[in-house]
Amino acid sequence: MKHIKLILFICLSLCLTQAIVAQTATDPPAETAPAVQPPAPPGNVILKDLPNDEGHGILVRWDLSPDDGAGRNTVISYDIYRALSPSAPDSLWMNVGTVVLGTKRYSDKSVEKDAPDFLPKKTDLYYRVVAVGAGVRSTPASAGPVQAYDNWFNSMKMPELIFCIVFLILTVRFINMAKRGIDLYVRPLAGIEAIDEAIGRATEMGKPILYVLGIGTAGDIATIASFTVLGRVARKVAEYQTSMIVPCCDPVVMTIAQEIVKTGYADAGRPDTFKEDSVYYVTSQQFPYVAAVNGTILREKPATNIYLGYFAAESLLLAETGVLAGSIQIAGTDQVSQLPFFVVACDYTLLGEELYAASAYLGREPLLLGTLKAQDYLKAIVLVLMVALLALRVITGADVISKPFDAPWW
Amino acid sequence: MKRQIPLVLVFIFGVLLAIQYFIPSEPSQKGYEFVLDWITIIGIFAMVLGIWSQIHVGYYKIRHRAEDWKYSVVTMVSMFGMIFLGLSPFGGLQGTTFRLIYTNIFIPIQATIFALLAFYIASASYRAFRARSAVSTVLLVAALLLMLRVIPMGPLADPINKIGSWMLLVPNLAAKRAILIGVGLGGVATALKIVLGIERSYLGKD
Repeated sequence: MKHIKLILFICLSLCLTQAIVAQTATDPPAETAPAVQPPAPPGNVILKDLPNDEGHGILVRWDLSPDDGAGRNTVISYDIYRALSPSAPDSLWMNVGTVVLGTKRYSDKSVEKDAPDFLPKKTDLYYRVVAVGAGVRSTPASAGPVQAYDNWFNSMKMPELIFCIVFLILTVRFINMAKRGIDLYVRPLAGIEAIDEAIGRATEMGKPILYVLGIGTAGDIATIASFTVLGRVARKVAEYQTSMIVPCCDPVVMTIAQEIVKTGYADAGRPDTFKEDSVYYVTSQQFPYVAAVNGTILREKPATNIYLGYFAAESLLLAETGVLAGSIQIAGTDQVSQLPFFVVACDYTLLGEELYAASAYLGREPLLLGTLKAQDYLKAIVLVLMVALLALRVITGADVISKPFDAPWW
Repeated sequence: MKRQIPLVLVFIFGVLLAIQYFIPSEPSQKGYEFVLDWITIIGIFAMVLGIWSQIHVGYYKIRHRAEDWKYSVVTMVSMFGMIFLGLSPFGGLQGTTFRLIYTNIFIPIQATIFALLAFYIASASYRAFRARSAVSTVLLVAALLLMLRVIPMGPLADPINKIGSWMLLVPNLAAKRAILIGVGLGGVATALKIVLGIERSYLGKD
């Protein structure tokens, strides 16, 4: 009897275990991840030739997918595709860009002919925008055809054109005034006035004058402005019969500087005293140039160092060495970040535009004075405009300062 | 004639490039790139003149045993040595003696000269920050505040940081912008003077 009970118990246990296993295998899990739905596609895709370009750009705009930041909130980004035919197979739709959620526009631009995504001009193009979620993608929103054209006027540059025209008008007006003999006041520039004194000092001491044109190229405005001063310094140096050293960082600058100094000597009636080796090329590398010029300063101990032109980190390295050599130093550059270094280490510094004004100040010719005056008046106009726009901004609260330049208003 | 041709060329190219600035179309961009290519070509020819100038100056110093002529010997040897290593069949640029010298001698020397700037800034600051007048005292106080701004100052850090930021973003930026506006307008004025032939000193004569 006892054995029969044991056998029955074992059988019942086995049946129960079997039933539990069977139940576990057939029941769905209590919690399963819901299937991820693809986001809704973006709507209303609009294509437009990209304005103000050379004809290799299309502006693609669309309405956000309903699931972008709302709805199921599943959009992560948008993929933009381009093809030459609306019925092109998927493999021929080229992905030209991806933007993050919340973005409603994309500028498809590719100018390089060899680039795989080159955008041809005057060709029918078709676009698709696809909203992308985590591992899922919406159906594409398509549009087209559209063609890219090159533009013959960059409307975003209209303010610059207006400024140039105003400047030209002012220049012509002031040149005429100067030609009629009307006195145009130019405030004294201490740095320029000190040049004559510095050349005189060099003559008395029997030491040379070092003229550094900076590390700019002949195309830099600061270098060109420096050329104008160099010509006059060369003439004075020739008149006073002192010597001059012009180490150059650019071979083109050296060639022009040689010609200018030579002409300065000729104008002073002493072409025979000009030494071609006084204007020489050192190197186009910034710090080797500094090493060479500093070596010259310490060896030659020039009475006067003139640094006019484009300067970068070498400004203080040169000017401090000049201080060690006990030279009078006159500097000028349009590089705002270097001005403090020159102000600290030099006796006179021409700040920014003063360097450009130097030639007009030295020459006092009506044509040059006219442009200088026009420049001053344009500056006054800019100042008045800035104050007026600022006042308007404060009074109305509208963004009248930056907004007009974001998009053309004309 | 020698002066007229450059002036005419400057006027033509100046006006064309000024117009080109406002035209984004492809032919306009191509024209601009063409002119830029010519700048590079002229630069290469001028480099020959530059090297000739350096040889001439160096040779003169060595021949006349001018002061410190030995530096010129070093310059000449270095220049010709590098040209030889760069052009010779067993030279070349990558993984060679040329590269080795450039990386292990030229770059460290260049970095050393740049590093000197730190010491020069210190000596220049010492001179600039001496309170000799009211203006230099203002400079000293401003500089002190800006230096303190980057030092952990405990409870004082916040007000000093605020004052320092204000100085950088208001008076400093205003002065910078004023200079930049002047530079911008001055640049346009100088460009116009050159294009219109008003400024001719770059030709070697006023």
